[in-house]
Amino acid sequence: MTKLSNRLLCALFVLLQGLPLGAGASGVEVKLDRAPININDHESLQRGARVFVNYCLNCHSANYMRYTRLTDIGLTEAQIKDNLLFAAEKPGETMTVAMRTADAKAWFGAAPPDLTVITRSRGADWVYTYLRTYYRDDSRPTGWNNLVFDKVGMPHVLHELQGHLVPVMHEVTGEDGKPHQVIERLVLAKPGKMTLTEYDALVADLVNYLTWMGEPAKAQRMRTGVAVILFLSLFFVVAFYLKREFWRDVH
Amino acid sequence: MEKLLNWVDARFPLTATWKAHLSEYYAPKNFNFWYYFGSLAILVLVIQIVTGIFLTMHYKPDANQAFASVEYIMRDVPYGWLIRYAHSTGASAFFIVVYLHMFRALLYGSHRKPRELIWIFGVLIYLVLMAEAFFGYLLPWGQMSYWGAQVIVNLFAAIPVIGEDLAIWIRGDYVVSDATLNRFFAFHVIALPLVLLGLIAAHIVALHEVGSNNPDGIEIKKKKDEQGRPLDGIPFHPYYTVKDILGVVVFLIVFSAILFFAPEMGGYFLEANNFIPADPLKTPEHIVPVWYFTPYYAILRAIPPMFGSQFPGVLAMGVAVLIFFLLPWLDRSPVKSIRYRGRKYKIALTLFVIAFIGLGILGILPATELYTWIARVLTVVYFAFFLLMPWYTKHDVHKPEPERVTEK
Repeated sequence: MTKLSNRLLCALFVLLQGLPLGAGASGVEVKLDRAPININDHESLQRGARVFVNYCLNCHSANYMRYTRLTDIGLTEAQIKDNLLFAAEKPGETMTVAMRTADAKAWFGAAPPDLTVITRSRGADWVYTYLRTYYRDDSRPTGWNNLVFDKVGMPHVLHELQGHLVPVMHEVTGEDGKPHQVIERLVLAKPGKMTLTEYDALVADLVNYLTWMGEPAKAQRMRTGVAVILFLSLFFVVAFYLKREFWRDVH
Repeated sequence: MEKLLNWVDARFPLTATWKAHLSEYYAPKNFNFWYYFGSLAILVLVIQIVTGIFLTMHYKPDANQAFASVEYIMRDVPYGWLIRYAHSTGASAFFIVVYLHMFRALLYGSHRKPRELIWIFGVLIYLVLMAEAFFGYLLPWGQMSYWGAQVIVNLFAAIPVIGEDLAIWIRGDYVVSDATLNRFFAFHVIALPLVLLGLIAAHIVALHEVGSNNPDGIEIKKKKDEQGRPLDGIPFHPYYTVKDILGVVVFLIVFSAILFFAPEMGGYFLEANNFIPADPLKTPEHIVPVWYFTPYYAILRAIPPMFGSQFPGVLAMGVAVLIFFLLPWLDRSPVKSIRYRGRKYKIALTLFVIAFIGLGILGILPATELYTWIARVLTVVYFAFFLLMPWYTKHDVHKPEPERVTEK
């Protein structure tokens, strides 16, 4: 299906190539792990917020997220000010970073994306898997590569905690009949400050926080929804008998 | 109170209008499930206008601020998330309701004489609605907004001779840009809503002039009592107002379930890629139109390019929509309702529904060799439904219509 090669429709052309994630130049297709998250678990969200502010917010902004909104997950303004407010002056500000886009491009090849709604575009499972599948790759400028994000620009910021993973390769015969080296799994070569289980829990908290930050109104949305549907169900009963009463004389 | 009413009536036909369109507008008494969707379409229109007004108060039609202003609505505007989700869910709901409303016409022959103009106004409403949805989809300024608009505008560029200039004229620029966003905003919030309201008014005036069709497809005005009221008619108000309230409540329960518990609807109502700000330098790997356009998108992809031009596909897509206008004249059956039609029409309509839904699904899926061939077959079925209609409706074996409406 590559017959549609009209220049005018170059954007369309991209579409016809089918799904992007098939095996090919973009790397192996990785089964995503399910992120064990719960946006109603405030303690986990608070731990995640701390990780986010300490590790992510140096390069990644969350430009649409106000620090004050953290009161929704049980923090007081004083707590926010004392523990989380490194990059801003007032809790009413949004989570911006000082790094200039041009500098970021020079250092990492691409500006680090804003993370406010990252789980809404990538999905929580993707982010959870991504942050746990960095591995050593000396062919990369940073020395790091990633299973779900091949040739990623970001180095493994959390490597001190997770430690260093290295790939175990195995050989498969590709569609072209030639043998290929593919990654079978990752193993821990150099332990970090945490055990892998502890690290997974830390990433889960972080992803939980990112998910909550993607839509802080979600909990309120659910609560409102229950009330609205309960009201409508009662109204249905009224509407049903009203209709029946009026239609009594239609034969 | 009565004096006031008399005062108004001497200056404005208030009571007369009330009577003509509600309390003394006689609608057939045998309306069934399929007859809820007209009033529901008006409800969705009201939802869209009201939520749209509030969104406009906070939204910024500026390439640098649009995406951020949507997030501002979602976070900082009190109940902004509710307004925004109601609007995004409403867009899809509008198409669901309108598709079911149109299908009702195919079932019971509501487009047939003497209701051709109602049908034509209706198809125009459908066209304007598609344009309205298209323009509105650019406004969040996400990746899918941007590249979706890019692809659709490029379709116009495929028109021979004038195409390139036409595309630039639509965009106001060589690529989709701030200029495009500004004009799409103007079209979305004022130009098309005005046209839409005018067409809906014409649709309803024409309907009330000839009277509603019904599931039996017979004219209730043929049998009247001494006062000239149709024997099988009942005043729209209060009978159908109370009945429609019931429909409204059921609709709102479904609508709320989506709005509050699954506003993204698994990526079909709000696409994941649209949570990434528009980036003119980065084409997403997989651009898909929103679900309500996918049947036509599948037709577009099914037609292979000819003479090095994509125009045949674009033409087929355009004709696939515009062919609805001809429906009243393509149908040669002596009966209107599917209840009294023969097997040929029933088979044709079933195949058409399968083709339409099938194309809709294929429009979402990547175009593999196999899927493209299925899409081609379904495209042929789609057009055959219309083009062969004069033949199969004329030679169908129909049952006699009843004298009076029946209750089923």
